[in-house]
Amino acid sequence: MAQIRTYVRPMNGWWRRNPYFVRYMIREGSSVFLAIYSVILLVGLLRLSQGQAAWEAWRAALTSPWSILFHWLALLTVSYHAYTWWKVSPKTAPDLRVGGRPVPEVLIAAGGWLATIGASVLIYVIVRWM
Amino acid sequence: MADTRTIEIEVLRYNPERDTEPHFQTFQVPFSDDTSVLQGLQYIKDHLDGSLTFRWSCRMAICGSCGKMVNGVPELSCHKFLRDYYPGKVRIEPLSHFPVLRDLVIDQTDVFDRKLPAVKPYVIPETPKPLAAGTYVQTPQQFHKYYQYSQCINCLLCYAACPQYGLKPDFIGPAALALMHRYNADSRDRGWEERAEVLNAEEGVWGCTLVGYCSEVCPKHVDPAHAINQNKVNSTMDYFGVRKLLMPKGGD
Repeated sequence: MAQIRTYVRPMNGWWRRNPYFVRYMIREGSSVFLAIYSVILLVGLLRLSQGQAAWEAWRAALTSPWSILFHWLALLTVSYHAYTWWKVSPKTAPDLRVGGRPVPEVLIAAGGWLATIGASVLIYVIVRWM
Repeated sequence: MADTRTIEIEVLRYNPERDTEPHFQTFQVPFSDDTSVLQGLQYIKDHLDGSLTFRWSCRMAICGSCGKMVNGVPELSCHKFLRDYYPGKVRIEPLSHFPVLRDLVIDQTDVFDRKLPAVKPYVIPETPKPLAAGTYVQTPQQFHKYYQYSQCINCLLCYAACPQYGLKPDFIGPAALALMHRYNADSRDRGWEERAEVLNAEEGVWGCTLVGYCSEVCPKHVDPAHAINQNKVNSTMDYFGVRKLLMPKGGD
């Protein structure tokens, strides 16, 4: 039989074709800020091990306007990342059932959101006042 | 019909014998409140251009034949009404990520001939028993473990919703992996190991990046994204050799 000729459509710019994909890319992209922030914290740990002068220099670097701008941006994007992380958590969770009925997805996500807010407040209180 | 209005429908046309690439053709289609998108296409074929080619069968969202991209969203075209797009226009394309055979008809062989058989979509019992030995008994709880995943009608909307399938056509994909979970989660089945190679592969559950759109567009609420991502845990436990310890049966 002769090979049937088909047309394969290109995938260029696929993520701009649907708002759902745009949100997905923002969700994935926001993790970049999380990674950069983690590196900054790890560098701090390294500087701490190098003695007081190194530690103070790292702390001073954090107070530069660029650093403060980055940290605000990171707070914003990481908050969004945390929101989306829990939003998809019902898909990664095992098949949760109560009395034979599946637990509503929004309850699973809400549990994560509440835990994140609770942990953030707790850490803030500890760091700020203790 | 007193309440007939006219809507503009743009359809992707491709004739493999003549065209090097597809193009859009516009039709003015009269419709009333109960005209589905599929009926709009049928109007075009019956009254405006008999050469327009598309698949359909049951007209009531159960055969899974009439999937199309409607304004960029994978839909069963019998399941959407033209009134909901009016006064805008409707742009109809073949399901994304599949090769186009002609007009709105896609080549489904990749999923139907290769991916679905690859997941061994049938009950593999521990020891086969003869018919005379009677039926396999199952409780309602055991039944509900897989019921949802058995509702797939092979409409392929989830593949059209999955950019990973578009970017990496070797990815086994949402429907086939959900069907694999349907059997792994069945209390009568002991086929986890036989399906593990496909599941554990880069092209198996790990090809999924949890875009999640497959579950969003599924007309039967099969939730392939959940089926796949639960099995990333199973696959990890399998990798460390503890799956049998923690989940003796497999997916349930």
